[in-house]
Formats: sequence, C-alpha cells, structure tokens
Amino acid sequence: MGNFSDRGVKQSIDWKLVISYLLLILIGWVNIYASIHSEGPASIFDFNFRCGKQFVWILTAFVIAAVILFVINPQFWESASLPMYLFVLVLLVVVIFVSKDVKGSHSWFEFGPVKFQPAEISKITTSLLLATLMSQTNFRITRLKDFLMAAIIIGVPMLVILAESETGSALVYVGFIFVMYREGFSGWWIFSIGMAILLFILTLTASPYVSLLVLIGILIVASAISSGKIGALFWINLGILLLFCLLPWILGKAVDPESFIGKIKPVYILIGICICAVPYLLFRGYRERKRYISLSTLGLVAGIALIFSTDFIFNNILQDHQRKRIEVLLGMKEDPSGVGYNVNQSMIAIGSGGFSGKGFLNGTQTTFGFVPEQSTDFIFCTVGEEWGFVGCLVVILLYVFLIWRIIVDAEKSREAFTRIYGYCVASCIFMHLFINIGMTIGLMPVIGIPLPLLSYGGSSLWAFTVLIFIFIALYRQEKKYY
Amino acid sequence: MTTEGNNRSRILLIGLVAVAVIILCKLFYIQIVDDKYKINASNNSMVYDIIYPTRGIIYDRNGKINVSNKVTYDILVTPREVTPFDTLLLASTLDVAPDFIRDKMAEYEKNKKKIGYQSMVMLKQIKPETYMKFAELQYNFPGFRGQVRSIRDYPVNAGGNLLGYVSEVDQKYIEAHPGEYRPGDYAGKTGIEAAREKDLRGEKGYHIYLRNSRNQIEQRYKDGEMDKEAVPGHDIVTTIDADLQQYGQQLMQNKVGSLVAIEPKTGEILSLVSSPGVDVSMLADISQHYNEIIKDPHKPMFNRAVQAPYPPGSVFKLVNGLIGLQEGTLNMDMAYPCYQGYHFGSHKLGCHSHRSPLKLEEAIMMSCNGYFCYVLKNILENKKYKNIDEALDKWHDYVQSFGFGRKLGSDFPAELGGTLPTSNLYNKRYGKGGWKFTTIISISIGQGEVGVTPLQIANLAATVANRGWYRIPHIVKASEGVEIEQKYYDKQYTMVDTTNFKKVIRGMWRAVNNGPGTGCTAAIAEVKGLDICGKTGTAQNPRGADNSVFICFAPMDDPKIAVAAYVENAGFGATWAAPIASLLIEKYLNGESARPDLEKRVMEGNLMSRVKAYN
Repeated sequence: MGNFSDRGVKQSIDWKLVISYLLLILIGWVNIYASIHSEGPASIFDFNFRCGKQFVWILTAFVIAAVILFVINPQFWESASLPMYLFVLVLLVVVIFVSKDVKGSHSWFEFGPVKFQPAEISKITTSLLLATLMSQTNFRITRLKDFLMAAIIIGVPMLVILAESETGSALVYVGFIFVMYREGFSGWWIFSIGMAILLFILTLTASPYVSLLVLIGILIVASAISSGKIGALFWINLGILLLFCLLPWILGKAVDPESFIGKIKPVYILIGICICAVPYLLFRGYRERKRYISLSTLGLVAGIALIFSTDFIFNNILQDHQRKRIEVLLGMKEDPSGVGYNVNQSMIAIGSGGFSGKGFLNGTQTTFGFVPEQSTDFIFCTVGEEWGFVGCLVVILLYVFLIWRIIVDAEKSREAFTRIYGYCVASCIFMHLFINIGMTIGLMPVIGIPLPLLSYGGSSLWAFTVLIFIFIALYRQEKKYY
Repeated sequence: MTTEGNNRSRILLIGLVAVAVIILCKLFYIQIVDDKYKINASNNSMVYDIIYPTRGIIYDRNGKINVSNKVTYDILVTPREVTPFDTLLLASTLDVAPDFIRDKMAEYEKNKKKIGYQSMVMLKQIKPETYMKFAELQYNFPGFRGQVRSIRDYPVNAGGNLLGYVSEVDQKYIEAHPGEYRPGDYAGKTGIEAAREKDLRGEKGYHIYLRNSRNQIEQRYKDGEMDKEAVPGHDIVTTIDADLQQYGQQLMQNKVGSLVAIEPKTGEILSLVSSPGVDVSMLADISQHYNEIIKDPHKPMFNRAVQAPYPPGSVFKLVNGLIGLQEGTLNMDMAYPCYQGYHFGSHKLGCHSHRSPLKLEEAIMMSCNGYFCYVLKNILENKKYKNIDEALDKWHDYVQSFGFGRKLGSDFPAELGGTLPTSNLYNKRYGKGGWKFTTIISISIGQGEVGVTPLQIANLAATVANRGWYRIPHIVKASEGVEIEQKYYDKQYTMVDTTNFKKVIRGMWRAVNNGPGTGCTAAIAEVKGLDICGKTGTAQNPRGADNSVFICFAPMDDPKIAVAAYVENAGFGATWAAPIASLLIEKYLNGESARPDLEKRVMEGNLMSRVKAYN
C-alpha cells in the first residue's frame, strides 16, 4: 500500500479532475465569504464565521482525499461495499428516531458541535454496492431478477431518506437510472418516465385535453419511428390529430354552448374514440405480430389512466407544502411572499447580476438577507449576483467539465467496477447540480439540496470529496497496473 | 457491448450538455434579457423613510378645538446595531423596569433572523420630557433612537363616543382597505375619526435612501428628486357645540341613555350624548384602556343615540295624531272618552286618571292613552281603504316619511334604522285576516313593534318644530377643503301638511306651559320666556323599570333647538327626561340655568343601580 514513487503519482492521477475539483472548492469558499460579508468585515479565516469554518472543512477534506489516494488500497472499496452499505442503512434508519426536527426533516446526527447527515454518505455506499453488483460478469440488467436487485439497492436507501423528509436527497437517487441505462437498461423506460412527468405537468397547467393530444401525437411519431417507415398512414394520423387540435375552437364557434351537443366536451369525444380504438389496435398488434403496435396501445392506456389520475394524485396524495411548491413552480399561482418568496428573491438576486455582476462583495440582495440559506442551498445566488452571467457560465462549465471528464475516464476504464462507479459519481453530481441550480433560477421546485463543493457545510463537502477521490484512486490504480 | 456502450455514453454526454444549455439559456434570460429582476433588486435596496402627516384638527361649531395633536416619542431599536450597553442606565432613563428591556432584547435575539436589519418599536408614546432625558444619553446606546409620533390630544372633555378614537391598524383593517395602509399606520376606528378618516389622515410622504452592500445608508436616491412630502390632513368642523355637549354629558352622568340636540333649521346636531360614554382621556391611548372598556358591562363604546332601537312611548302619539289629521279621520273638535283607559272585550289599555272626554289638544297635553287608541282605530278602519292591510301600509308610509323605520342617512357610519310594522309582518305572524286593530293596539301609544333610535325621535322634535319638514341630522359641517353631501342641504318633507302641525304644537306647548295642577304632563320643563313645546313618554322596558322619554323644541315661534332625551329605567317621562332636556335648552338659549336646584338634582342623580347590565 502506498508504495509508489512521486513520478508515478504525478503521471497516473487525473490532474485535470483534481484541478477542477480544487477550483470549485475555491469558488465556493470565496462566495461563502461574500454571502456572510454583511455580518461585519471579518477575515476569511475567522472561525467565528462560516467562511472560517469552511476553511477547516476544506483542509480536512484534503486530508481525507490524501488518505483515499495514498493510504487505502482501492480494492478495499469493492470488497467492503456490502458491509458499508448495510452499516449506513442502519444509520439512516436510526437517525429518524434520534434526531431533532430541523424544518420538518429528521436527518441530522448531532455530536456536540459536530453534525452530519448519513444521507450524504449513503450516496457513496449505494454507488459502491451498485457498482459491485453490476460489475459481476453474469449480471444482465435486462434480466428481471438482476434488474430487481439493482432497483432494491437504489430504492431502499431512497425510501428511508424520503421517510426522513429529505425529498431532495432522495431525488438524487433517481439519477442512478442513467447508470442503468449505460449498462443496457432500455431507453424506453427512461422515455416513459419522462413522458409521465410531462403529461402530469401538462394536465395540471393546461388541460387533460391538451395532454391527451400530446400523448397521442408522441405515440404516432414513436410508432412511426419504431416501425421504420413514415408512410401515408402516419400523415393521415397527424392530419386527424390536427383536426382534434382545432375541435374545441370549432365547437365553440359552431355550436350553442347551452344546447345538448354544446355540453359534450371535446375531451369526452376524444376519449370515446380512444376507447373504441384500443381493442382494434390490440387485435391488429396480435394478428400482425407487431410489438410496437401493442406497446404503443399499452402506452395509450397507461397515459390516459395517468392523465385522469393526475388530479387525484395532485389533490390527495401530495402533501400540502409539496402541492404549493409545484403550483408556484408551474406558475399556477403567484405567491411572491409565501412559498414563492425564496425563488423570487433568489431570481431577483441572480437576475440583478447582469452580464458581469456587481463585483466581489458588492452584492446587495444576497448580503441583506433577502435570500434565505444564502451560504448553503442558495450559494449560487451569490455567484449570480456578484459575478454575473460570466461567473455562472464559468461555474457551470467547470461542472460540465468535471462530469464529462469522469464519464470519459469511466469509459476508458477496463474494469467494469470502475466504469459503473464513475457513472454513479457523475450521476450524483449531475443530479445535485441540476436540482440546485434549477431551483435557484426557478426551473425546479424549491428542494433543499446543496450545490456540490460550493455550498457551505462539512458533511456535503466531505461526501463529495470521498465520492470523487475514490473514483480518482480507482482510475489511477488501473493506469498503474495495466 | 462496447460499441453499444459508447453509443449510450454519447447520448448521456449530449444530455448533459443539453441540460447545461437549458440552464444557461434561462440564466441568459433572467440576467441579460429581462429587466424585471434588476428593478426589483433596486427596490429591495431602497430604504423608504416614511414621513407621517399630521392629522387634521377637529373643531366645534364655534371654532373651539375639540381634538388636536400632541407630540410623543416611540423608542426604536435596530437589534443588529446594538452593542453591549448599560441596561440599568437605559431603564432608569426611559422610566421602565430593567427586566422589560432584558425581555425585549431576549425576544429580538430569538427572532434575529426574521428581524434582520429592521427597526423594532420597543416603547410606545413616551413623554417629551422622558425623551429629552434619553436624547442626552443616546450616544451610550447605539442602535436605539427616538421617533416622533403625533397622537390625539383632547383639550375639552366633550363627546368621547362622538369623536371616536384613533389606533394602529391591524392586519384585518389593512386587508379591508387594500393599498391604503401599512403596518404601523394609524386610522380612525369609530365616530368622526372613522367617518372622516379620508379627510383627516392626510397623505404620507417619504424620503428614499439607497443602501450599499453593508446595509449602510449611502445617499439620497436621485438627490431626493423622487421624494414625496407629507400632506397634512384636512381640519374638520363639527356641528357640535362643545360647551353644550359637555353640559349634556354632565346631565347624563350616572344614567344610561341618550341626549340628542338638533338645530331644526339646518339639521345640525348640536350635541349627542350616549351615556355611559368613553372619557376622552382614554381615547388618546385606547390600547392601554381597551380591555377595561370592553369589559365594562354598560358597553361605553356602544353609541346608544344612533345604534339602540327603543320603543318611543307616548311621544309617538304626536305622529299618530298628525296622520289622523292629515287623513281626515281626526279633527280638533272630536272628543273621546277615557275611563282609566281604552276597553275592548275583557281587555283594557290603561291610562292614568284625568278628566274625560278630551279633545286633541288636551289629549296631547295630558297624554291620554285612550284617546290615541281611538285615533289609530279610525286611521286603520278608514273606509277609504279596502281593508286594514292597506290602511296599515298607508300608515307605515306616513310614519316612514318622518324618518322612522329606515336609516335617516346621517353621517354616522353605524347608524341603525329601527323597525316599523307592515301588514306583511302581521300577516306572517297572525295569518291573513287573523288580526285587527285591537291586536296591534299598542302601536297607538308607541309600544309594540315600533323601534326607534334617540336620533330619530330628536329628528321628530325637529320636524315638528319646522312644521312638517326636516334636514337630515349630521355632525360634520362644510368647511374649507371639506365638503358634505348635497342631501344634507335638502329639505325632507313629511306627508303631513304644515297646518296640521300647528294644531299639534299647541298641545305640546300646553303640555309644558299650562301651569301645574292643570293636568299637563311636563310642567317641570317650563322655563319662563323660552316657550318650550314638549311631549313626554314613558316606554315599557322588558329589562326593568320604564324608560323615561321626552322630546321638545324651543322657542315655539322660531325654534332654535330640538331635543330628545331618553333615559333607560328612569320611570315617568317627566321625572328625568323632561328636566334633562329642559335644562339643556335653557343652557343653550340662555347660557346658564336659572334653576340651580333642579340642575343639582339632575346632575347628582344616580340611576345606575336600576339598570341591568348587558352581558
């Protein structure tokens, strides 16, 4: 262990990854300083303030990184993945019962001044166990048994974290679907999930009719693509669909809304036609042995069911605060001082930055306390306000480079374990990035989740350090030995 | 697998770039294309220093100041600017307990996040002397400062309920007046302060300052170009005579009821007493006394003069008599017998003993119940009408033309309309054809389903004084910058002719001036040379002893004042209501009373033990 020469280390470590990691940490530290700046002019090292504390977290993170790189044998991670996974799972469950209530969630262990969230480590252990499982030579994700095992590894910690009311951290686990996709999982599933979300949103914001039209339109196009020919039938179908698009308008013009026909809503006509078409399509699919017809029919049925259960899901299954957040996000309700307050203030802060920003320490929105959680979940506001579009561009490019580099390295790896683990790391960072920045600029609902490496907090910084450096260590070991 | 894998990794990388592009597009839009956020941001960093206007002064009809303003100070704290300080010194300077300051500071510390850079009001309405002491030592207490606040000042103790109070607006009030008020503003809540809030309040001004990123105020925004100066509120002149009001309050003290005086020619209310009322010393700082006032079983905030419906009692006989004369079912020569009352079947509507039979003039003078039963009987059984339904509804229209059974339309925000029966009401209660005159006989003498406010019977006195018309009673006079509605200038005619009023007035004059021992009911109200015309009333009160009622006006030939006195549980009209009303008229017309003994008896009379408290 650790018996390498300097020269070997320099050559085999992916320094580009390390440098982008360091740059992001530095940017985070500077912006944490800026965001608490108003509390009084203090040194960036002052331990009374978050920037000083963050400095300590950064130094310890470096120690952790060095230990992972130079002390621990990379093979340890694969062999110990199952016990570590189970241990963290126990922590996840225990924390629900022993933790204090922090804004409705029960997810923090407290030992005096030290606090940490097992949900942060759980990302690492889940990635390791998932990589261990999926790198077995006889593992086939397309086989139901194997798929279910992978799904259980991902799903169990995810559900426990949901029970802790940490919706954001749980949502990150959805990202593992990209790993499964890379390893042969059908893209149609991802497509279907995406479709379901799209229909859900459309039904709420527009109307069931519109979302039904979109569903049929997409199914027509999808069938045409999978059948391999775009023929007359396709164009006829599209034409009929267009007619239905105009139907509400025609009915509104031509028919007296008080009359009997006027009371028939277009959506009922459309559903009626769909219900009549389903048996015919199923029959044809069976006779002609064309799978895509049966599948798209299935999609149609599932889609209609979803559209009409959306209302039920929205009003009966979702909790009050979740419903409000979705309503504000989708613009169904204007609420700048209630739930929308955070988003509104954060968008004002970012938007006021303009092209080049107001300059370091000159932000007014982030330092006045208009933006909540400004050094943790909303750190991106400080970047946006003080460094402007240029600063945002740099930060996002750095992240894209980091994720891109991890994926490229993973693809280069000859070890399935390293490759799959690399994808896990990339997915976790991507999900955090997307949810966090999406939230600050109003693309996503307000879900508390830190921005990797930038946000204040030891727990999160250490977790991402471990996550990334295990990959760097694994990758270096390969380069070393092969 | 490898080529397939490469293909899939390419799709994932494309997806990554696509998401990054979406985020960057949105950033580009909100940071560069859309100006909305930059404008909002500058709003966030602008500091509006609000300048409060001085509230308008309220004068009485003679130019005497009823309500003005005086300066007090609030002590504000900006918790973030506070450094450790000597709590004991601050406490002794501000005249408060040290624990008060400690508790407040602990509370601010607890809500630190929520408060942020805002200033909190720690102490309200301290005296100028206390503030001066604080100002000298202020340098010891960074983060603390004083803010001028003007509050109401009452030079004379007149018309507490009438004037109303001013207090800080609450959330409900702000929501009820969208865009007009902010937390910390004051508004008139009752009386004239509420009715004339729009005139009195003035317009707030502000100075705009800009904050830098350390929340220090750096400069005037655009050199004060966008600042707005405060516009002081308009002064209000009321129709009230402050001296008369004060005198009326003294007459009504320790009694429950109302005393209303109106100038008949103009409809201007000279005084309006609701007793017990709120003392003006409590009004200035209503929040301190609010619980005490709310807990008072006699409800001092309740303005009985315009909000309490009472049976009018015998004063209502005037109205019935006038209607009879107008309808032709009654004339001056008709005489009716009264054998201790009006007998019907085995029932009797009782009366006091007097000689019989009587004609109208003497019936009014002696307030004969039996006579007025015949009067209403003839009105309701008039052959001109198809049935009693139609006759009663005609009667209803007549009574309504006197301003009863509906809101008069005065400038009191919470005026009550009272009640008047219609054929509909009785048909519902007894069934169509199920009632006749004797069923509803009690309305002959102003009992039963007739409910009126003291303001309405004062208006009746004014209407009789004017011989058939009135102007809507009101308390705000037109003055510079303050207009009153046209309706207060218009004459409101009753459906009864002037000549008929003259006949009734003769009876009212005799009721007061016929001389003791002649059977007149209100000899106690007589003042030599003033020619007071009046009518007593004794109204049944289900809550105990009868209510004492009296309406009058004077002088007979050129009426200058019309008065209604209504005293709960005080017995006969002549015992309390008549002397009170008479003294008020004497004070107004002669400047002072020549009957000190009567004045003393009235002012010292305490009837509170007879009154049942409201629960």
